[in-house]
Amino acid sequence: MNDYIVSLIEQGKRIDGRKFDEMREAHVEINISKNAEGSARCKIGDTEVMVGVKMDVGTPYPDSPDEGSIIVTTELSPIASPEFELGPPGIQATEIARIVDRGIRESKAIDMKKLGIVSGEKSWLLFIDVYPVNDDGNLIDASALGTLAALKNTRYVNYENGKVKFGEFTDKKLELEKTPITFTFIKIGNSILLDPNAREEKAAEARLSIAVYGGRIHALQKGGDRGFTEDEIEKMIDIAIKKEKDLKKVLDKAK
Amino acid sequence: MSYNKRLDGRKFDEVRKMHAKVGIIKRADGSAMFQIGDTIALAAVYGPRELHPKFLQNPERGVLRCNYDMASFSVTERKKPGPTRRSTEISLVTEKALASVIDLDLFPNTVIDVFIVITQANAGTRCAGISAAAMALAHAGIPMKDMVAAISVGKVGDKIVIDLDKEEEDFEEGATDIPVAMTARGKEVTLLQLDGDVTKDEVMEAIKVAKKGCDEIHKIQTKALKEIYKNE
Repeated sequence: MNDYIVSLIEQGKRIDGRKFDEMREAHVEINISKNAEGSARCKIGDTEVMVGVKMDVGTPYPDSPDEGSIIVTTELSPIASPEFELGPPGIQATEIARIVDRGIRESKAIDMKKLGIVSGEKSWLLFIDVYPVNDDGNLIDASALGTLAALKNTRYVNYENGKVKFGEFTDKKLELEKTPITFTFIKIGNSILLDPNAREEKAAEARLSIAVYGGRIHALQKGGDRGFTEDEIEKMIDIAIKKEKDLKKVLDKAK
Repeated sequence: MSYNKRLDGRKFDEVRKMHAKVGIIKRADGSAMFQIGDTIALAAVYGPRELHPKFLQNPERGVLRCNYDMASFSVTERKKPGPTRRSTEISLVTEKALASVIDLDLFPNTVIDVFIVITQANAGTRCAGISAAAMALAHAGIPMKDMVAAISVGKVGDKIVIDLDKEEEDFEEGATDIPVAMTARGKEVTLLQLDGDVTKDEVMEAIKVAKKGCDEIHKIQTKALKEIYKNE
């Protein structure tokens, strides 16, 4: 299969007929689970991911007494692929969770100060849980986009007299300062492909994920065994910046 | 204690609104979604495939392996990801609820994996999981002698009611939950659990009520399975 993918790419073709810099169709649906404070389903082609946001109140870290925090967990449930197995999150799951986490945290998509309640004592914790339902490649971008959609539609749970009333929702919405969108590229031979499907991922020699917001770069993650040239990196950044508005539209349209 | 009117206005023998869809996960060999009220279960079947580690293989018959899991966000207070004692037990009883209809003799040395994920929970999740899994097995082309559907019946106050929702399960004067799975043609009970305090007559009535509910689910399962082949 890998040889076939490689020979196609040498002819300038992809297995599903896309152009090298073409994404599969992305689709986002929100409020997919009633008990979650925020939730979304994100599809990129046949890849499908569910994201749920749950809130709780905890103690702030000593070095940021006025801030809340986010905890991203990805579970590669065996429901989504014959290659996933039961058990605690492995390396791949952890990497996806870390990329999503950094895309939100380091871009300051959420103002952590707004999650503070009582300095040094109480602050909000946001649990973002990502569940792939069908893995047809590029779980990273689907997870990142699904996370943004779920966060954008998160309402606070009721917190009264020092107690969280789980299941009671308030009208207060979580504020998102930015929506950094993640694009993942792979390299096969000397070609760069955006949004690899599962079969292309198997043949990938290098991978780069780029989170962009307003034309600026907020997170990068290089994967795979081979390297990229400067020209290749520049090309990928250009494509990501150019495509940002397309996925922003998908995100804004989500119902 | 008299329970004269159900909290959500349903009749005592009325199940919540149901919806089923087959073929929701492309990577899987078979898959299905089953929704009953606000409870949603997804099921995927992988296999028959090689069983690892090898010492678990049975040269005489295949192994059915079920895994029930709740998404962390499916409940009001976040459930920590990963297995619990509860989910391990439910995985086991799910396996037993489905095993009798599958001819495992046809698949020596292999495993048929069934994965169930609850994405939204409002009581009756194990039953929804079994109803979804039975459709996923059929969709995967696993030879089955019969179909399986499951529904929870319970005693709320002094009444036997079908398909309890969360509010009824938490009824202040106590509710007894009796999940039942039944084969469609054979009418054999393949899952039966109970915690609480009821008489023999009440158990027998519960099974009767469950039979009616399972018949309704079976119709929906059949329709959903036919649907996918109509489109192909």
